[in-house]
This record gives sequence, structure tokens and C-alpha cells, in this order.
Amino acid sequence: MTRKPASLFAAELVRPAIADAFRKLHPRVMAKNPVMFVTLVGAVLTTAGIFTAGADWAFVLQLALWLWFTVLFANFAEAMAEGRGKAQANALRSARSETFARRLRDDGSEERVAATGLTKGDRVVVEAGQTIPADGDVIEGIASVDESAITGESAPVIRESGGDRCAVSGGTRVLSDRIVVQITMERGQGFLDRMIAMVEGARRQKTPNEVALTVLLAALTLIFLLVCVTLRPFGTFAGAEFSTPVLIALLVCLIPTTIGALLSAIGISGIDRLIQRNVMATSGRAVEAAGDVDVLLLDKTGTITLGNRMATAFVPAPGVSEEQLADTAQLASLADQTPEGRSIVVLAKQRFRLRGRDVAEPHATFVPFSAQSRMSGVDFGAPAAPVRCIRKGAAEAIAGFVAALGGRPDPQVLAAADSVSRSGGTPLVVADGGRMLGVVHLKDVVKGGIQQRFAHLRAVGIRTVMITGDNPLTAAAIAAEAGVDSFLAQATPEMKLQRIRDEQAQGRLVAMTGDGTNDAPALAQADVGVAMNTGTQAAREAGNMVDLDSNPTKLLDIVEIGKQLIMTRGSLTTFSMANDVAKYFAILPAMFAGVHATGAGPGPLAGLDVMDLHSPQSAILSAVVFNALIIIALIPLALRGVAYRPASAAVVLRRNLLLYGVGGVVAPFVGIKILDVLLTVLHLV
Amino acid sequence: MAAILLILLIVGGTAALSWPLGRYMRWAMDPLTLTGPAGRCDRWFRAVGGRLTHREQDWKQYCLSLLTFNVVTFTVSFAFLALQPWLPLNPDGRQEIEGSLIFNTVASFTTNTNLQHYSGEVSMSHLSQLCALMWQQFVSAATGIAALAAMARGLAGRATMGNFFVDLQRATFLVLLPLALVVAFLLVLGGVPMTLEGAARALTLEGAEQLIARGPVAAFVAIKQLGTNGGGFFGPNSTHPFENPGFFTNVVSTMAIIVIPMAAVWMFGRIVGRMRHATVLFAVMMALLLAKLGVALVWEAAPTQAFANLPIAQDVGNLEGKELRFGAAAGPVWAVMTTCTSNGSVNCMHDSLNPLTGLVPMVGMWLNATFGGVGVGLINMFIYIVLAVFVAGMMVGRTPEYLGRRVEVREVKLAVLAMFTHALLILGGTALFAASPWGAGTLNNTGAHGFSEILYEFSSAAANNGSGFEGLGDNTVPWNVATGLVMLLARFIPILLPLAIAGFLARKRATAPSVGTLGIDTVTFGVMLIATILFLGALTFFPAAALGPIAEHLQFMK
Amino acid sequence: MESLVTSLRIAFVTLLVGAGGYTAVVLGFARLAAPATAAGSLIARPDGTVVGSRLLAQAFTQPRYFWPRPSAVGYNAAGAGGSNKSPTSPDLTARGEQVVAAHGATAARPLPADLAAASGGGLDPHITERAALWQVERVAAARERPPTEVETLVRRHAFAPGGFMTQERLVNVLELNLALDRP
Repeated sequence: MTRKPASLFAAELVRPAIADAFRKLHPRVMAKNPVMFVTLVGAVLTTAGIFTAGADWAFVLQLALWLWFTVLFANFAEAMAEGRGKAQANALRSARSETFARRLRDDGSEERVAATGLTKGDRVVVEAGQTIPADGDVIEGIASVDESAITGESAPVIRESGGDRCAVSGGTRVLSDRIVVQITMERGQGFLDRMIAMVEGARRQKTPNEVALTVLLAALTLIFLLVCVTLRPFGTFAGAEFSTPVLIALLVCLIPTTIGALLSAIGISGIDRLIQRNVMATSGRAVEAAGDVDVLLLDKTGTITLGNRMATAFVPAPGVSEEQLADTAQLASLADQTPEGRSIVVLAKQRFRLRGRDVAEPHATFVPFSAQSRMSGVDFGAPAAPVRCIRKGAAEAIAGFVAALGGRPDPQVLAAADSVSRSGGTPLVVADGGRMLGVVHLKDVVKGGIQQRFAHLRAVGIRTVMITGDNPLTAAAIAAEAGVDSFLAQATPEMKLQRIRDEQAQGRLVAMTGDGTNDAPALAQADVGVAMNTGTQAAREAGNMVDLDSNPTKLLDIVEIGKQLIMTRGSLTTFSMANDVAKYFAILPAMFAGVHATGAGPGPLAGLDVMDLHSPQSAILSAVVFNALIIIALIPLALRGVAYRPASAAVVLRRNLLLYGVGGVVAPFVGIKILDVLLTVLHLV
Repeated sequence: MAAILLILLIVGGTAALSWPLGRYMRWAMDPLTLTGPAGRCDRWFRAVGGRLTHREQDWKQYCLSLLTFNVVTFTVSFAFLALQPWLPLNPDGRQEIEGSLIFNTVASFTTNTNLQHYSGEVSMSHLSQLCALMWQQFVSAATGIAALAAMARGLAGRATMGNFFVDLQRATFLVLLPLALVVAFLLVLGGVPMTLEGAARALTLEGAEQLIARGPVAAFVAIKQLGTNGGGFFGPNSTHPFENPGFFTNVVSTMAIIVIPMAAVWMFGRIVGRMRHATVLFAVMMALLLAKLGVALVWEAAPTQAFANLPIAQDVGNLEGKELRFGAAAGPVWAVMTTCTSNGSVNCMHDSLNPLTGLVPMVGMWLNATFGGVGVGLINMFIYIVLAVFVAGMMVGRTPEYLGRRVEVREVKLAVLAMFTHALLILGGTALFAASPWGAGTLNNTGAHGFSEILYEFSSAAANNGSGFEGLGDNTVPWNVATGLVMLLARFIPILLPLAIAGFLARKRATAPSVGTLGIDTVTFGVMLIATILFLGALTFFPAAALGPIAEHLQFMK
Repeated sequence: MESLVTSLRIAFVTLLVGAGGYTAVVLGFARLAAPATAAGSLIARPDGTVVGSRLLAQAFTQPRYFWPRPSAVGYNAAGAGGSNKSPTSPDLTARGEQVVAAHGATAARPLPADLAAASGGGLDPHITERAALWQVERVAAARERPPTEVETLVRRHAFAPGGFMTQERLVNVLELNLALDRP
């Protein structure tokens, strides 16, 4: 689910942004941006220059005005980017502060405390209609929760103790039943707090790439400052005098004000675009890393295939009736929390009208499914010495189980399991004691449109790896159907972690999604770890992003946004530098008009005026106005990001060089000329 | 027509020669195996150097050794020049040299610049020419080649950068010395004098006395050209018939300017293991070289404006300051080559070039990377590569990386520091001298051309070039001290910073290439690199160019 | 410290081999392969007095000799140099006027450019064949010889310095004047 972004220049965003633009003029705020700080100083100096300008005061006044506009436009851009998230943050903040909690004391009694007074380890009770006060894990009970405050999705979700769906966030509302939540977050460090901080951009740290780019921009500013400062003595030699306002105008036009103004807006809007896709990044660094990813590790279930495998058929062994197989399979699956197990129960009920037995049957121990054993089932009788053991699970696991009880693995059952695998399904072999009863055929369905997405990824050089607990045959069939580059079959969490390490050792960056606690080490090891919101708190802590929609294919969007962010920076930097050519051709002939002039006419350097501008003053002013207006014109581009079409680096570079390099050289020639005509017609110079 | 043939011969011929030379240089500087002759040479060098040569150095130690060695050579040269009146091999009885001039000359030759505020046959004894100056021409060039080999090793991802003292000897004895012998022999056969006698006395046909200065010219000129040094035995450099007697010696000398800088690109490519990337670099440099040649030839074909209203038949272009025996195109061709590299020798007087032709050498020195000096040319190009890769890398949506290593804050900081230094030295120096009598009082030409003289001098010093608009009265204390300091800073800072960058890059984790990473082997990247070079160079120096050569052109040339 | 010592050792060796050995080898080669040019291509009369170098220009002002290109240093072979004047300089125009007057050029008979432009080193020994032919009239008159004879002498001394790669043929002024003086 994507939040609807407010239209780019909606009134309720623009007005506060304008106010903010003025508020950001404080030197300490401006000093963070070297390019705009120099512009600010220039604006101040030029304003002072109005009073010593004599006859040119109208011209210097307009220069000063437009320099102030340049600074304000830059602040406006940043404020616009921040504003889009602020509205959200305010709503979130109000949701949080009013909440009270019912804390459980050790003796079981309750006490009422403010939500902000909770600490890690506290246990609180939340009942239907009440708001969960802080982030934590459900340790008792099961409830349906409205998470719309965070996800924007009003359809309720189930949260229950045990398993992978126990994490809840502060600010969400319980709709039914009663749960006990153990608080897992430090005060003020909750999910909501971090989201607010991220979205407001107030405590935003510059990411490494941004810092490097700022260094480059600062250096360019210094170089152009050098160029402009040395022009004075050059003029002295040539017997000409260059006034300070004109030198400042030249300086401001040369320094990369376009990218300098839009840089922070680009960064903030990148995070914002992630939030629109319902992804919480805990740092801008993670977003950049997403753009660099080389390998995606994707879980088969839910990402590549449609969520749950469904039981579709019972394949009994010779001499066993289908009903008997169904009955046994159902028994073995009653305590199985996995969707597969539940689908077996459902199928058995559907086919043979077998109802679920009472779970609390005496002398029945349920053996739940685990990733290690890859089986689940029921033991009847005393736990230490059961009289009847029913198991269902992977063929090898059941074969081993049967052999351990002295039985013989039935080759026909195994053959049936094989044929199920080869057809792309997952076989679950059912055994009663030492006897194999048959195979349950689980079917996986590959999500539609997944092949195209993988093809896109391949085009930009990202490889996909499918992780699955299936056996290699099944995995191969699904991998071929889905179009992944490789797969890891019968994967355990340790294998996942090792695969990540191997790829990293070869110099690749790895991204993965995960939700269970057993995913935490892999999520932490991966360069980009996206945790599902429905997952455990441990997973959410380990990853550096959280997907509120718990949609594993979101990873593909995240990569795209990461790349787009960096691409926008690069393209606008190129554009900014390319602009300088035209500005030189506008300002230098104007400045040098009097140099080496003989008689009344303009000096020889007026010959550089290729745009045939009206007068020196109109030329300089046009350039300054263009320099300011281009910032506004490019705000939408900065906020939306440059158009991203997946293609190889060579194609992308060519395209962006043409668009922003050549375009950046040509555009200001046209723009300055038009402005020059306008200014002349309006008699402003 | 003749011009095109000349360019084909010189540029094409040298490019062809550079390929095998590049392979030889790789073997000489960075042998893959130490068996046979490579091993023997290696053992000799380590024996000569002593204990310190048995250790591989990281970038800090390498730079320290480089600086120490250059301090030593500076001191030795200084001693030779200061003691000139009392040392042997002084047949023409040359006397003391003034203090600031010694400083300037020694700084100049140590930094491979060879800026000459003196006239060789007037002020220098044969011993000074050989032991203070020619010797420096060997070792300063060798320093540059060694530094390039070190940087290449760092970029290839090796843990250490080699040993400076070994590299220096390799460059001197295995690369420069054999080539210099070959070129010297060719020059001798072409008629260049080679003797240790003093000046000859002649009684001209009209009865006047002509004192003919001579000396070990052939040996000097050979290494002057090959090591992109540029300092001539005689004042007027290779316009002097003794340094450059005929068409054949001119061709040899011109080719010698650029052969090692071209070969250095191939050597770099082989050490780093990226020959396609080296080809792109070579193509970029060649494109800029050919563009400059085109511009220079076109503008120099315009006649001498000063003679426009006199009864003088001018259909051969501007002949002021040119020699006839080289052919018409030879002057501009040499001027472009000599300032593309950091050579600085001349076969026509740059002060007398047409205004826009005079801009071309300046551009060459401002960019300082189209082939550039021996070794240091590619090191300078590396700065442009870092910046181009940084911006282009972002444009393809990835954190920028070069040869598999990420380009991050520290690398960008060091690269822009190098760029800023270059701009500061040129623009700052010119501003200081243009606005004060230090510069304005020493000019040979007035108006915009005078400004060009000052601008050229600082550009030449900052690019370690050494050519000049020689009308400038630059043998004054302010000029000597200022350009001396500029040369020293401009030599060592742009060697240290790139070596540091290479050292830092080498320590990073290597990332695997994919179709999503920026390709540095492509034409598109070449275009991006040219754009970066032109933008950073042109944008910084355009105003200065406008006030100098461009103003003069627009003012006088019809 | 040790780097200093190592540097000194290497400095010494490179000085010995680079400055010393290298020079000696080239010197030896020059003495063997080209002894005449190695000494400066000096031209001597039969009695041994040196009149000049074949490679260097010298001053000629008498009408009976061919005149070389202008020299900014007065043909000083112990202190050579160029004018270093910008081609737009008024000083250059002044010199141009002097040269034009000295050669007696007129609009109908303009002076070849190389006779007006100074050479880079001030010692350029050549002039173009065109420039030599331009001076034939004056030289023949001064020597009272038929112009065609002088012209033939000029053409015989003309050569293309770069073979097919150069367009202008040149004449060595000193050798031409020596040839004039010979019969």
C-alpha cells in the first residue's frame, strides 16, 4: 500500500515552507551548506553595496534582491521536502502522547502509568478498544490489531504470542480480545519516535555520499572564489575597475548553487519516497546502500510464491485408503502453526468431512514443526514412552524417523514424493509409527509479474537468489519458473548467513528480507536488511529497514529508490556545472566591456557576447535571475527524483550525460536570453 | 598538406613507438619475475642503495623517501652552481651566479620544470651544465616515472607501493639512460655539436668578430627532451641552430618530447592490468592533443599583424620568432607538444606567437594532463579521473568506485585539494604580480600581451613546464623567489596527494564489477573524462584567458 | 638518517653514470662519427682562420652580400635570443619599417616575410629561396655581374630541408656568400 503523496505544491505545504525558508536564514543553519552560506554572505554584502552604488543603485538593488531570493529558494526547497513528512509526524506524535498503560506488577495486579513512563521489560495489558502504549512482543493471548496509525492500512492484522507474529508497535489499537505485551524498547527509542525523527529530517545526519559531494561543492566554491577575487588585480593591470556587486554576482552564478540548494531536499525526499512506500529506513546510509546492492536474497514463500503452500491432494501408499491418510495427516497437523499444516487440516475436513479433534486430548503431546527437524506430529501416550507416534514432514526426515523405529521406508511412497517434487510441488510424507502412509501434495504458486521484475534487476546488474527450505528438485522447478538467477535449497538459517558472508567476501553487497528471530543474524550481516513489520522485534532491530506492509517484494522498490536518490544527486551536479558555460558568456563580456576600450565604443571583449544581450547590466541581472529561478524550476525534479528506467550503467550514463550535461550547457543560453529580453521590455535595467 | 604529413609522422610515429616502449617500461619498472637480466639489475640496484632498499614501502614511506632524495639532489645542485667559479671544466671563465637565481634554477631543475631565468651559454660553465643541470634532468624525470609506477601499484590493489630508491635507479638506468644514448647519437649524426671545448672565435666575411659558444650540447638536448625537462643548453633553446640544426633533428626532438609520456600510459595500463582503460585514457589525451594542434596550426597561419600595413609579402603565416629549416608547421606543433607535457623547450619564441596560438600552450599547462610530464602526467590525470568517476558514478545510481574501490570523502578531499592548489598558484601568483611593479615593471610587451606574459610565467611554473613568454624580464629577485616557490609546491603536492589517494584506495575492500557499475573502458566514460577536464580547467581559467590572449586577439587581429 | 645516506649514495652513482659516463660515451661517439659537426660545423679558410659556423648566421650589411634574416641579438653567437615581441606589437612595426627601408621594398615589390621577421634564436642561417632571389638584383649590381649568373648560383644552393615534407626551399646565406666570393 502506498500512501498518497500530497500533490507537489499543495497549498498546505507551501505556506509553512515559505515561513520556514525565512526561519532557516539563521547563520548557524546556513553554515551547514557551504555553497549557500557564501551566497548569503554575498547577498549581505551586495545589500550593503546599494548605499555606495550611486547612480547604479536600482541595478544593485535588484541584484541584491535576487541574491536573497536565491538563498530563500534554497531554504524553500529544503523546507518543502521536510514539510511533506512533517504533517505525518505531527499526527503520529499526537497519537502517542495521550496514551496511558496498564502495567502488570509481579503479583499480577495492575497500575496505571503514562505511556512515556514505561521502560524495557515492563509488561502491560491491552484489551479491546485500547491503544498499545509502546513497542513490544505479545507474550500472552491473541488479538486483532488496527495498525493504521503506522501503516495507513485500516484492515486489522492478527498478533499473537509465540511464533513470528508477536511484535506490536506503540500507537496501534487492539480491536478484539486481550493481550499481554512485554515492552522491548527503550524510552523514546520506539518505532514511532524513530519514524518521526526520520520523517522530520531534523536530526538527519549527512550520509557518506552526501558528505563527499558537499566537499566537492565546497572546493568548487573555493576555486571560484579564488577566480573572482583575483579578477580585481587583473582589472587593475588592465586599467579597469570591477565593482564588488558585479564580482559577487559572477561568483554566485559560478558556484554550484543549483545542486547546493537542492542537495538536502534530494536526500530528505528520498527518505520520504521510502515512507510513501511504507518502508522505514533507520538511516539515510541504508538507503544509499540499497542503491549499491549486487545480490538479493529472497525467501521463496511470500516473495516469489503466493504466501502459503496449500495442500491440494492426498496420495496414499498402496494398501492405504485416502481417508486413512487424510485422517492421520490431519492429526499430525492439528498443533502445526504453519500455514501448510493448517491447509492440511482444512483439506482433510473438506474432502472427508473430518473435523478437528479437541486439541487438549489426554496423553497427546504435540510435536511442533521446527526448521531443524523438518517434521511435526503427535505422540500419544506418556511423553517419555509414547505408544503411537504420527509424523509428517520432508521425505528424508520421515524416512529417518521410520528407520529409527525399525520400519522400512516405502520406495513407492518415496517415488510418489519425487514425482510431486519434480512437478514443482512440495511433498509431505506422512508416517504412523514405522509405516509410511502416503504423501500430501502441497502446491506453490509463483506470483504473477515476478519474472519481469527479476529481468529488470538483471538489467541493472543485480542477481537474485531464492532461499527455500524445499528440497533441491522442488526448488529448481520453482526457480526456473520464477526466473531467479540461483537458489539455495533446504536452507537453514545458518546456510543463509553463510551465503551472505560468501557473497560479501567476493566483494558484493547483499540485501535480504526476513521476519523471524532466526533471521536476525542474517539481517544484521546483510548490507541491506529489510525486516517485516509482522515479524519479531528481534528481526526489526537487526535489520536497517522495516517494511510496514510486510511485503517481501518491497525490496525491489527499495533498490530502485536508493539508486534514484544517488542518480538525482549526480545528474543535478552535472547540470549545475554545465550551466556555468553560459553564465560566463553572459557575465564576462558585460564585466570586461570597458577593458582595453579605445574611444567611446565597448572594448574588444564585448565580442564574447554570443547571446547578443542588451546591455552589461541586463546581462548580469539575467544571469543572476536565471540562477535563482532554476532552483525553483528543479524542485519538482529534486523531490520526485530523476526518471529511473532500469538499464545497464553504460546506457544510463549516456542518457544522463546527454540530458543533464548537454542540456545543462544549452538550457541557460536560452533561459538567460529570454530573461534578458523580458528585463529589457519591462524596463527593469 | 605538409603540416598534416608532419603531424602524422610525429604524432603517429611516436604513438606507434610508445606501444613497445610501454611494454619495455613495464618490464623495467615493475618486472613480473626476477629472473635473468631483470634479476641482475634488481640486485645491483639494491646493492647500490644499501639496507633501505630491501624493504617494500607504503605510500607514506615512499613519499618520504622521494622527498628526502629530492632534498639531497637540490642541495648537491645548489653546491655545484654556487661554487661555479672555482670548479673545473669552465673554459669560458663563467663567474658567480646571483643567489636568488641559483635558488630559482636549482628549484626549477629539481622539479623537472627547467624554467630558465638565465641564458645557458652566458652564465653557465660546462661543468655546471653537466653536473648541476643535466644530472637533475635525469633524476627529476626518474622521480616522476617512479612515482607513477608506485601509484599504479597502489591502484592495482597491491599492499605496498614498492621501494622508491630502487624505482629511481630503474627509471634512470633502464629507461632514461638507454633512450638518451639513442637520441644523443641521432642528434650527433644530425649535426648537433658535442665538445668540451670553450667558445670558438670567428672572423666574419665582413670583418667582425663572432664568438661562437658551444659545448656538450647533444648529450644535454637528448635528456632535456626525453625527460620532459625542457631546459636548453643555450638561451633560445631549440631555436638555436646548435641545439636543433635541421629538419631531421627537429623531428627527432619533437618525438622525444612525447614518447615517454605516451608510453607511460601503456605502462600504467599493464601494471594495473586494465589495458582497455589505458586505451580510453590514451584516446582522451590524444583527442585533446589533436584538437590543440588543429587550433594552433589554424591560428598561426594568420600573418604577423604588425606588418599588415607594410609592403611585406605575408603568405606563409606569422614568421616572427620562428626558424625556417623546420618547415612551416613545426613551430606550433612543438609548442603544443611541449606544453601538453611538462617539457617547456621551444623551437619558436612563444612570446611571438599569434594571440590565440599563444593561448594553446597556456591551456595545455592549465590542464596539465594530456600526456603531461614523464610519470606525473598520468598522476595528474588521475585527479581528473577521481573527480570524473565520482560524478559519473553517482549518475549511474551507485556509490562511486574506481577499479573496484569506493571513492569516498577522503579521496574527494585530496583530489580537490590538488585542483585548488593548481588554481591558487597560477591565479594567485598572476594577481600578485599583475597588480604590483614586480610583474608590471618587467614586461616586454604592453597591454593584454603583457598580462599574458605574467599569466604564462606562473602557469608554466605551476605546471612544472618551464617555457615562457621570454620577453619577460624574469631574472629579478621577486620573480626568482616567487616562481621558485611555486615550482616546488606545484611539483610535490600533486605527487603526494595522488599517491595518498592510491594508498587509501588500496586499503579498501574490493567490490566486484557488474553491469550496473560504471564502466571505465567505454567511449562514454572517455567523453565524461574529457568533459570533466575541460570544465574544471576551462571554467577556472577562462576569465584570465579572456583578459590576456583572447582580449589581444579581439583587439588586434582582423 | 638512513634515507639521507641512501639518497647520497644514489645521487653519487647517478652523477657518475648519468652525468659522467653518459657524457663520455656521447663525446666518444661524436669524435668518432662526426668530428666536424661535433666541434660546431666551423668553416675555416685554407689558412685556418675560422669565418663562422655553417649553422649560424652572421651580420651582413654590405650590398654586395646577401643579407640574412633580422636578428634581435645582433647575431651574437655567445648570447643568442629572439625579439619576444608580440606579433601585434608597435615595436615590431617600427623594426619592420626599418627593414623595409633598408631593403628598398615597395608596394609594387613587397619584401618576403622572412626578411622582415626575426628568427627565434637570432642566428637562423637560412633565408628562403624566394628571399634570396628577391635580393639578386642588388647583389648583382653591387658586384657588376649578370643577374642570371647570380640567380643560377642561388638556385644551385637551394635545398628542401625536409625533402618532400617541406614546401619552401632554403638557402644558407653564409655558404652562398662564400660561393659568391670564391671566383
